[in-house]
Amino acid sequence: MLSRLVLRAAPAALRSLQRPVTVGVLHATRPLHTSKQHLAPLPPLPEKGGEVRYGLIPEEYFQFLYPKTGVTGPYVLGTGLILYFLSKEIYVVNHETIAAICILSVIIYGIKKFGPEVAAFADKLNEEKIAKAQAVKTESIEGLEAAIEQEKKEQWRVEGRSYLFDAKRNNIAMLLETNYRERLLTVYNEVKKRLDYQVALQNLKRQKEQEHMIQWVEKSVVQSITPQQQKESISKCILDLKMLSKSAQATA
Amino acid sequence: MCVSLSAAVLLKDMKLLDVKLGQLPSWLAMRDFTPGGILGAIRRGYNRYYTKYIDVRKGGLGGISMVLAGYVVISYIWSYSHLKHERRRKYH
Repeated sequence: MLSRLVLRAAPAALRSLQRPVTVGVLHATRPLHTSKQHLAPLPPLPEKGGEVRYGLIPEEYFQFLYPKTGVTGPYVLGTGLILYFLSKEIYVVNHETIAAICILSVIIYGIKKFGPEVAAFADKLNEEKIAKAQAVKTESIEGLEAAIEQEKKEQWRVEGRSYLFDAKRNNIAMLLETNYRERLLTVYNEVKKRLDYQVALQNLKRQKEQEHMIQWVEKSVVQSITPQQQKESISKCILDLKMLSKSAQATA
Repeated sequence: MCVSLSAAVLLKDMKLLDVKLGQLPSWLAMRDFTPGGILGAIRRGYNRYYTKYIDVRKGGLGGISMVLAGYVVISYIWSYSHLKHERRRKYH
């Protein structure tokens, strides 16, 4: 039954909720960034803590009383208070007082004797911690500076891009030229081969025609020489030879 | 009251050392005594002591010795009712 009540009250409660304030594209129900800005980097730790006199009384007490009572005022006040407590027995002197005196004297002796050494040791530990952190910081700073140097060098290298591209363009042009010339040579060779073939073909044809014609003419001539013509030609040749020999004999 | 107008500092915002003696009761009455307020006051006080005496590069003896002295004093006050019987004189 109570759950039913809650379910009934829920929409009314939701409606009564504050409408979200649209700040630009942010939907915020409360204002942002109201606290003071925090310091970054953090301020360094103070060197020494607040001054404390005799290990028990802060220095502010003495400074507070100095304008009115001078230097001895706080001591007189302290002595007076102690005497008052003792005389009115607000502080009761019993066996615990003796114990307190012994303990306190031992503590004070220990502090006076070993105080500086312990302080130096603690300071050394602190220094080591700080030095480690500082080393990490300087290392990272150096790493980043080296990265910056590299970056600058890369930027300088980028300026030389034009030379690189010129060289590459020259290379490519040479390649193209070489390729073109090779292909030209190939074309020339091929065309020459075809033309030579045609020339050789024509030569061969003419040669064959000549041979064939010569043979044919010879054959026909030989065929046309009848035996009677042969005899006549032979006798004519003999006559000619005789005449020639006669003329040769005559000249000689 | 003139205090509320002087230097535009309200009474409840003034520090304890600036409050005059006559205004002390009203100043005390204005403090925040809710549990959250008391907790906040304790935290503030602790932080003030801590940042002043302990959270420094070269901390001294006074930082902890004051705390121990305060403990001694408080334990003496709490056990005073038992110590009353060990007084040496009856009338002071």
